[in-house]
Amino acid sequence: MTLPLFFFYVFSVITVASALMVIAARNPVHSVLFLILAFVNSAGLFMLAGAEFLALILIVVYVGAVAVLFLFVTMMLDVDFASLRQGMLQYAPVGVVVGVILLLELLLVGGSFVLPTGVEATAMVPIEQGVQNTKAIGQLLYTRYVFLFQGAAGILLVAMIGAIVLTLRHKSNVKRQDVFRQTGRKRSEGVELVKVKSGQGL
Amino acid sequence: MLAATGIGIGHYLAVGAILFTLGVFGIFLNRKNIIVILMSVELILLAVNINFVAFSAQLGDLAGQIFALLILTVAAAEAAIGLAILVIFYRNRGTIAVEDVNQLKG
Repeated sequence: MTLPLFFFYVFSVITVASALMVIAARNPVHSVLFLILAFVNSAGLFMLAGAEFLALILIVVYVGAVAVLFLFVTMMLDVDFASLRQGMLQYAPVGVVVGVILLLELLLVGGSFVLPTGVEATAMVPIEQGVQNTKAIGQLLYTRYVFLFQGAAGILLVAMIGAIVLTLRHKSNVKRQDVFRQTGRKRSEGVELVKVKSGQGL
Repeated sequence: MLAATGIGIGHYLAVGAILFTLGVFGIFLNRKNIIVILMSVELILLAVNINFVAFSAQLGDLAGQIFALLILTVAAAEAAIGLAILVIFYRNRGTIAVEDVNQLKG
């Protein structure tokens, strides 16, 4: 067994085991932590396949942003998670049937297909030896796939605006600064000159 | 390219298939808890990404990694929007159980 193969088995076994724990853990916080473990180990799998940039992006984006977002939301919501788990075993048989059929089909397809010889020559964008993975992706992403790149940026923009619009709320009992009203104020509504007679009040 | 390391593409496809199945199974198993359902969807997208990267390495084609990058983007956006919807739903109803989401039912 070569060293890469050994590491492949280590990473893939931990990935699959932690994916199992994600769906089986009693506490959703544990689920999120196992999700992080699964992401980190699949980053190792990516690294073994030579996709270094994607591996590191997976850690930065998934572990650093998405999983922490899940963690925040899970901890922020005060939900009785035990009641959500009721009837879990009731749905399990259907899930097992569907899952086993799906897995068998996927493994049959994955195990039986054969790549024709010489198919590497038809690669759309061949991976050049000696060029760093990050540099190669950058050279491709900003030229040939620039519209896809812009589209991804648009998706992220819409997601950002959507998330802000959805969760923003104005409380009525909080006083806020209204800049327009502040600067649009006239002198007449602000100060008043009053002639006060001596010996009398206002 | 993969062959030199002793790892075949079948290895990667098997891991991807198992992860995908676990994701689908997780949706069935935790169909009341929408947070775990979202995590299962993340697992499914991860399985798809593993397949993309494996074929990219096997065929020596960089395009697969570009598409995996785009899937990563969409997954991040989906998680952000999904959790935002979850938060406002919890704020309005005080629950996140899927069976309570029936306001649109006539």
